[in-house]
Amino acid sequence: MKKVQWTLDEKLDGVDRGTGRDASLFKPSNSEINLYQRHVEDLLSDSACKNDEVESLSVNVLDISPILSEAASAIIDDSFTRCFKSNPTEPWNWNIYLFPLWCLGVIVRYGILFPIRLVLLFLGWIIFLGLFLPVHFGIKGHDEVRRSIERGLVEFMCGVFVASWTGVVRYHGPRPSRRAKQVFVANHTSMIDFIILEQMTAFAVIMQKHPGWVGLLQKTVLESLGCIWFDRTESKDRLVVSQKLKRHVESEDSNPLLIFPEGTCVNNEYCVMFKKGAFELDCAVCPIAIKYNKIFVDAFWNSKKQSFTVHLIQLMTSWAVVCDVWYLEPQTIQPGETPIDFAERVRGMIANRAGIKKVPWDGYLKYYRPSIKLTEKKQQKFANAVLQRLGHSLQC
Amino acid sequence: MGNTSSMLTQYDIEEVQNHCNNRFTQREIVSLYQRFCALDRSGKGYISADEFMSVPEFAVNPLSQRLLGMLEGLNFKEFVEVLSAFSPLATIEEKLNFIFKVYDIRNNGKVSREDILRVLCDLSGNFLTDDQRQAVVTQALEESGYSKDDSLTPEDFLKILQKGSLKMEVEVPID
Repeated sequence: MKKVQWTLDEKLDGVDRGTGRDASLFKPSNSEINLYQRHVEDLLSDSACKNDEVESLSVNVLDISPILSEAASAIIDDSFTRCFKSNPTEPWNWNIYLFPLWCLGVIVRYGILFPIRLVLLFLGWIIFLGLFLPVHFGIKGHDEVRRSIERGLVEFMCGVFVASWTGVVRYHGPRPSRRAKQVFVANHTSMIDFIILEQMTAFAVIMQKHPGWVGLLQKTVLESLGCIWFDRTESKDRLVVSQKLKRHVESEDSNPLLIFPEGTCVNNEYCVMFKKGAFELDCAVCPIAIKYNKIFVDAFWNSKKQSFTVHLIQLMTSWAVVCDVWYLEPQTIQPGETPIDFAERVRGMIANRAGIKKVPWDGYLKYYRPSIKLTEKKQQKFANAVLQRLGHSLQC
Repeated sequence: MGNTSSMLTQYDIEEVQNHCNNRFTQREIVSLYQRFCALDRSGKGYISADEFMSVPEFAVNPLSQRLLGMLEGLNFKEFVEVLSAFSPLATIEEKLNFIFKVYDIRNNGKVSREDILRVLCDLSGNFLTDDQRQAVVTQALEESGYSKDDSLTPEDFLKILQKGSLKMEVEVPID
């Protein structure tokens, strides 16, 4: 029988576009594994509790039905896969008078709106680059002025992007201020989260290095904002990145730092576990909640299914992108709270505000298999139950 | 884009329903098909072991390897048939047959002492010593009135497990 080994250096299929990824590099730290264990046990404990009234060992050993039910239940529906499901749009144009209306809509969207938006975007790019490049390379020495012009230009460019999808964004709460010792965290649905937030405030963001034209943009324009890059495929990177983060946060001059602690795009109905990196920087954490209105378009970027260009085109051929952004009250770590508890607390705030459900899974489970410790916990529970009955009947 | 029920005709649904002895309703079969297509990411018509293991809740189950052996490479009809043991409409015999198949790894109609030991190994991992495992299997067999080297048939399983209540049901979500 073919056995599927999930050793940690196994290369997985379903690898993200552009970069091959080695599974071992997404391993969470030990304290994160303990947290996941607690949560997953809570999640799974209501299904399959061994019946304590069963007396005979034989039934205990041979009746594997609870464990099988758990497995079958996971096959039929599981909370992790649900996080990345984009609901297929219900077709509503299947009758004689709605169908021509829908066709008209398609013609308007692809034939009229899309070209206008494309032209708008193109013009925006020309203006932006025409101003940005001279300022960036021309003004040497007056760093303050240069940087504030660059910030204004980036905010303008993001505004153009948002206009190109007819973005209707409602911002609630006080706008982020430029101060040291604060970091912003938000839930993540697509790279456009960054653009939507950036149009209001020029954040410095920590991002995965991307290939293609996005990568080029990252290297040239976003560098000027003080963005920090990490490469998931470089594990030594973790320490270096966390040092860079600390330095950035402490300096008064740098732009406010924005982090997406989920680490991956989720479909805006659920919220996966937050990575603790953003919460151990010894500063205030300002949560931001983002919720997209799905009636107009599903803004979830499934990076395994679409490239970013295709995703943008999809947005530009829809009617509008409507979303709400809530800037929530800054939080600091309470005495006696670990960074992980702090992350959970903030995650609860964001999930509550955005009206999305929390799940106890690590987003990186898209790329690596769950830790063996979770299986071992179950095995231990079973072994204890069996030993109890073994000992019990030896005594009688 | 997403696979909808328009990919399954009424005829297909009825065929699958017959194949699993009507253990699932038509709506449940449509739901299972959507799930099947979601798991079968490359659209091959069957789900590979790797695709099953990408469901974390399944991957942490101690019996995942055993179940993989029974589930991987199946087309949708066979997939539904295997899962029909978990339907609330399934009979006790069908459920016990499923459990028997999990144990009977060599598929020879008999569950030997070694077979039980192997499953016990999966279930308990490193938390039981070899000696403890041997003692457990011996006691389990003797308690039910068998000698410690006996092989069990499906009827034996029925006799032993009929006493307890088999909680082996899953609910198929219908949206």
